[in-house]
Amino acid sequence: MSAQTLYDKLWNSHVVQQDADGTALIYIDRQLVHEVTSPQAFEGLKLAHRKPWRTASMLATPDHNVPTTNRSGGIADPISRLQVETLDANCAEFGVVEFKMNDIRQGIVHVIGPEQGATLPGMTVVCGDSHTSTHGAFAALAHGIGTSEVEHVMATQCLVAKKSKAMLVKVEGALGHGVTAKDIALAVVGKIGTAGGTGYAIEFGGSAIRALSMEGRMTLCNMAIEAGARAGMVAADETTFTYIKGRPFAPQGENWDKAVAYWKTLHSDASAAFDAVVELDAATIRPQVTWGTSPEMVTSIDGRVPDPVSAPDAVKRGDWERALAYMGLTANTPISEIQIDKVFIGSCTNGRIEDMRAAAAVAKGKKIATNVKLAMVVPGSGLVKAQAEKEGLDKIFIEAGFEWRDPGCSMCLAMNDDRLEPGERCAATSNRNFEGRQGQGGRTHLVSPEMAAAAAIAGHFVDVSKL
Amino acid sequence: MRKFTLLDGLVVPLDRANVDTDAIIPKQFLKSIKRSGFGPNAFDEWRYLDHGEPGMDNSKRSPNPDFVLNQPRYQGAQVLLARENFGCGSSREHAPWALEDYGFRVIIAPSFADIFFNNCFKNGLLPIKLDADKVDALFNAVEANNGYKLKVDLEQQTITLPDGTVYKFDVDAHRKHCLLNGLDDIGLTLQHVDDIKAFEEKHRAAQPWLYA
Ligand code: SF4
Repeated sequence: MSAQTLYDKLWNSHVVQQDADGTALIYIDRQLVHEVTSPQAFEGLKLAHRKPWRTASMLATPDHNVPTTNRSGGIADPISRLQVETLDANCAEFGVVEFKMNDIRQGIVHVIGPEQGATLPGMTVVCGDSHTSTHGAFAALAHGIGTSEVEHVMATQCLVAKKSKAMLVKVEGALGHGVTAKDIALAVVGKIGTAGGTGYAIEFGGSAIRALSMEGRMTLCNMAIEAGARAGMVAADETTFTYIKGRPFAPQGENWDKAVAYWKTLHSDASAAFDAVVELDAATIRPQVTWGTSPEMVTSIDGRVPDPVSAPDAVKRGDWERALAYMGLTANTPISEIQIDKVFIGSCTNGRIEDMRAAAAVAKGKKIATNVKLAMVVPGSGLVKAQAEKEGLDKIFIEAGFEWRDPGCSMCLAMNDDRLEPGERCAATSNRNFEGRQGQGGRTHLVSPEMAAAAAIAGHFVDVSKL
Repeated sequence: MRKFTLLDGLVVPLDRANVDTDAIIPKQFLKSIKRSGFGPNAFDEWRYLDHGEPGMDNSKRSPNPDFVLNQPRYQGAQVLLARENFGCGSSREHAPWALEDYGFRVIIAPSFADIFFNNCFKNGLLPIKLDADKVDALFNAVEANNGYKLKVDLEQQTITLPDGTVYKFDVDAHRKHCLLNGLDDIGLTLQHVDDIKAFEEKHRAAQPWLYA
């Protein structure tokens, strides 16, 4: 057989049936479920008197709507509460495993899947959530789907899909001090644009990627969708196997050995051809900060807010002007002079234990600046929270003036009470800086956990590579 | 699903690139557990001057007169003309639900985000990719002519301009078939039950840990 990419291998091993025009039925190994994009799918099943094909492939948790404080009091907003209760009721009715709001295993779906060992190499993973690309870090084919497709996968265990093109994003060399997977992700989006990966599945490769931890690889794959690619992935290696071993849903005993033997084949063959290749030099990547209302509107901490006059074309110039007006920024302002009002550390991009550790290391023994009204740390799951507390990270944050919250999506998208007020400016470790994303009129700057913590201490963006 | 065959519809131009699904339907409306009723809140943050929340009486809110959808000449529009990377961001199917509920049946843009594009077809909405220069020309024509309409024929895969110019467009054969006939995928897929079962057996034998 000719040389295959990792994507070819994952795709080919899941084709149930394929039409002449390339439309295929792809078998799905794992479906993650949350409260926002599932109620209409469960309702559709019920209306058609259908049952899920394989409930054991499903794992559910509420994350978008859950409060991050005072959880024992339940959810105050009746509409949010109904949505979470609807998930509970649907999971109970269909026998789907659910980590409920007060279960220590609850968290953001994209954090708990890997944490539980429910995301494994070689799997196809879907969820009604665009950041499902996160799971590709495990050499899985993982992507977000719409609610109609959620229902379709529930009913048939398959997805109707066409194969994407394959793109290799190759990052060679060593990252500098203070530069993280988040900075690679933002640099990639900045380089290829938010639509640069549209129609592609992206594999991240090269020595800088192989050197990343699983947390870092997840951060990177998480943001593949921000470059327009539904799926991002990284080849499986010892780092992958070490992370998975012993987790609750991971294979055990004889199955473990068989699985690892198979997983070792999950990489692109040396001579495999990609439809597009993008190369970055890790050593030249600097800590990134977004300045606009799209993740591609990004520059480094040494940069300045761009001048729309220098935009490449008229449509872009209009976008930049609108973005600067929305963000309340003046062209040519140095990024390091931008003052912030709030800080958000968390989300499926940067809500894992390594992120908590990195932010805590910067905050240790310091105090947040007086102009920072609120700095919050929201762990990605109850288990991340427990681990962080075991390591005393919560105390470091609290002493520095941060709030230490319960796990969930929180101010990544502000569906619960955590949000920006109009005009407030936030350093956020999440993945989207769209207008209104963190609250109507709120202004988001995407950064790494280190950069967010450092901004909280200084009151404005600072270069963590110099700390 | 609602069928789509032919449309002769008024066009509204939304002149922004990278319109994301949160702009199409802001997150607070995603708390609904229903599929319908999102139309009045489509583009909520641009469309109204006040902040919208679920359960509000939208007829009592103040519309933003500057937002293109609120201009009298575009009332009743069924074709949305947009710029590149339309529908990026969150995978929420609430976005096509809101557009369809508002009354749109066709969206024309130089490019779409993948998940959104896919979601449209599941909801009786036809997204059409046209070359950027054609889209540009349409923007100019719509703005210059009151009551500008386009005829969209899915069977023929054509858009006919008022001056008789015809643009061909591409559409995937499977999606076209489903949209023309109002077919939902689940029923079609379940015709392959035996294939799925056979695949599952083979898959289980090869990777038993997935079923442990
Ligand atoms: S943390 Fe943010 S991006 Fe991630 S799943 Fe939650 S809302 Fe979506």
